[in-house]
Amino acid sequence: MILRPATLALLLISLVVTGFSLTAAFHAMGIYERWDPTSGSEDQLDLEKKTSLISSIISYLFPLELLSLALFLFTAEELHPLFTGAMCAAGTLAVNAFGYPALLLKVVNALCAGVWLIINHLDTRAYDSPLIRLKYLFLTLMIPLLLLECFLLFSYFSGVKPDVITSCCGSLFSHDSPTLSGDLTSLPAGLMQAVFFTSMVLTTGSGIIFLRTGRHGRFFSVAAAVTFPVAIASIISFIGLYFYEMPSHHCPFCLLQKEYYYIGYGLYALLFIGAVTGISAGVINSFPPTHSLSNTVPETGSYLTRVAILCYLLFTLITVIEMTISPLRLSYF
Amino acid sequence: MITTRERHRNILDFALSSLGRRAGRNLSLLTMYCLLIFVLASLLFFVSALKREAARLLEDAPDLVVQRLVAGRQDLIPENYGAGIAAIRGVAHVEPRLWGYYFDSWNGANYTVIASDKPTVKDGIAAIGSGVARSRKIHAGELFPLRSPGTEPLLLEVGAIFPGTSDLMAADLIILTPSDFHTLFNFPQGKFTDLAVTVTNRKELPMVAAKIAALYADSRPILKSEIQRTYQSIFDWRGGMILLVLLSAVLSFIIFAWDRATGLSAEERKEIGILKSIGWDTSDVLLLKFWEGCAISLPAFLCGVIAAYCHVFFFSAPFFSPVLKGWSILYPQFQLVPVVDISQLLVLFFFTVVPYITATIIPNWRTATMDPDAAMRS
Repeated sequence: MILRPATLALLLISLVVTGFSLTAAFHAMGIYERWDPTSGSEDQLDLEKKTSLISSIISYLFPLELLSLALFLFTAEELHPLFTGAMCAAGTLAVNAFGYPALLLKVVNALCAGVWLIINHLDTRAYDSPLIRLKYLFLTLMIPLLLLECFLLFSYFSGVKPDVITSCCGSLFSHDSPTLSGDLTSLPAGLMQAVFFTSMVLTTGSGIIFLRTGRHGRFFSVAAAVTFPVAIASIISFIGLYFYEMPSHHCPFCLLQKEYYYIGYGLYALLFIGAVTGISAGVINSFPPTHSLSNTVPETGSYLTRVAILCYLLFTLITVIEMTISPLRLSYF
Repeated sequence: MITTRERHRNILDFALSSLGRRAGRNLSLLTMYCLLIFVLASLLFFVSALKREAARLLEDAPDLVVQRLVAGRQDLIPENYGAGIAAIRGVAHVEPRLWGYYFDSWNGANYTVIASDKPTVKDGIAAIGSGVARSRKIHAGELFPLRSPGTEPLLLEVGAIFPGTSDLMAADLIILTPSDFHTLFNFPQGKFTDLAVTVTNRKELPMVAAKIAALYADSRPILKSEIQRTYQSIFDWRGGMILLVLLSAVLSFIIFAWDRATGLSAEERKEIGILKSIGWDTSDVLLLKFWEGCAISLPAFLCGVIAAYCHVFFFSAPFFSPVLKGWSILYPQFQLVPVVDISQLLVLFFFTVVPYITATIIPNWRTATMDPDAAMRS
């Protein structure tokens, strides 16, 4: 177990978020089953009071989940000098079997938390809370993931021992590695560039069409969701190489280091915000039309779409600039 | 139609005036909050500054140090080991080092004694650290007697005293010539304390260390990265232990904040009742409580962090230094380099503001969902 302020803070946040989410989910299940806005019974009044409690709890705590993802990356990066063989966060996370699953689950939970907060924001703006069942069902479905994240985080930090010899990012993200990271590294750079730029064009193009005509919102949402993993695979396959100016260095974590001006935090933040807003724009557009949401859905959807397009375009712009100014030139033949 | 921004601004206005009406009560909360942040922030800043200082000092340490072990204890290393190690491919230079510790029974201090060929020292003339000069009350040009195993004490003239700015490195240091070193400790000729090895390509360090261990089974190669890692772990461990102890203070604060949020006065209940009866709904009252929380948390956070910054970087953290730095008779005096990064502030936020939020969230909801008539009657 590593006794560090940052690891203790991460564990504390995980416990607080999971504990309060469990409480919220307990009440949410009751609301999901017995909610009847047409009734004036005491039970319904009690449920209405509880909705404000759950909204308060989750609105305070889910932003912490997003912040804790950033702190987790920062801590993994900061811990790497403690382990023989580790050169960056990639090595720290490989110290035991729980590191990478914890990171993956943190990303998934942070994405879900972002989408939930947007749905909640929309629901609280309507006088009759038309999305209440949906958002509480979503929250209840998130509980197992939050519990699993808490378990993985505890297992990871309690299993971190300084005498472990871990792998450096050079071997984890190499063509010879028999893992997913190795497969991503082995993807041909030319093919990945084509996939990346096509995906960005499709996402921003469908977003602009959605903004202008109000159609193809669902397609835009799916495209925004798919672009997120495609962009991360592209960072491993070719974008990182231009930043490192090395044709063999595929690590997605070294970008978080000072030597690269912490550019990784900016790139991942753009991708993350793009994915959350893009997915949410499609999700809220697919809600059945109700009177109370008739104004807010188009207004919020349009705002979210603009943010998603802006983030993905900025990410693409930074990539193109780096590909242009970097002395590295990749040969595809 | 009031826009969202105007709604927030109006409620913030009301929250500030509401806090002002109960200034005494809120000031006590603010003081406690500020104090908690100050203590935790001082700890985080101090640990991280010490780690940075240790890393900076170790930058100049040799890449690899080779010691000799006999029965698990460090022993003197023969000269021929140096020649054998220098022949390993990739080794650029091997420097045999003579150094040790001298216990001064006069003041109970331990000095670090290093032999050097540098022109600042000559036979009979030594250079000493400012800590040594201070504790023995001697000045440059005066004689400095050291007890040696022979019958006669070794009399050294103080050639130079290192300036106070190099205290962290040189406070307890005595530098003398190899021949004075041999006389002082009756040190055997042809043997050294250890060997400092420089390797041309740093990436080959582990391989060179493995070759040395294979060549001389009784040798112990120590990499600079291992020393750096040990220092980082020590400071982290000390910081983590104190933080665990301080978590009891965080817990006390949570109880205090909880009590403060649940124990509404009759006047406050009446106020909420009036607000709800004139049209405020639950979400408005929750927003009011949110802004009240922000209006307390933000100044407390800023004041606590600024006070901690001054405490650590201007006054060298008098509350924490004995525990975190360790202590000795000749402890160096040094000023820490002020650097604060975002992750420290984020950790601090998680340890202070988050407990406050969690402590007040349910009492605030109870307040916000009170029925207006019940609130006013109570």
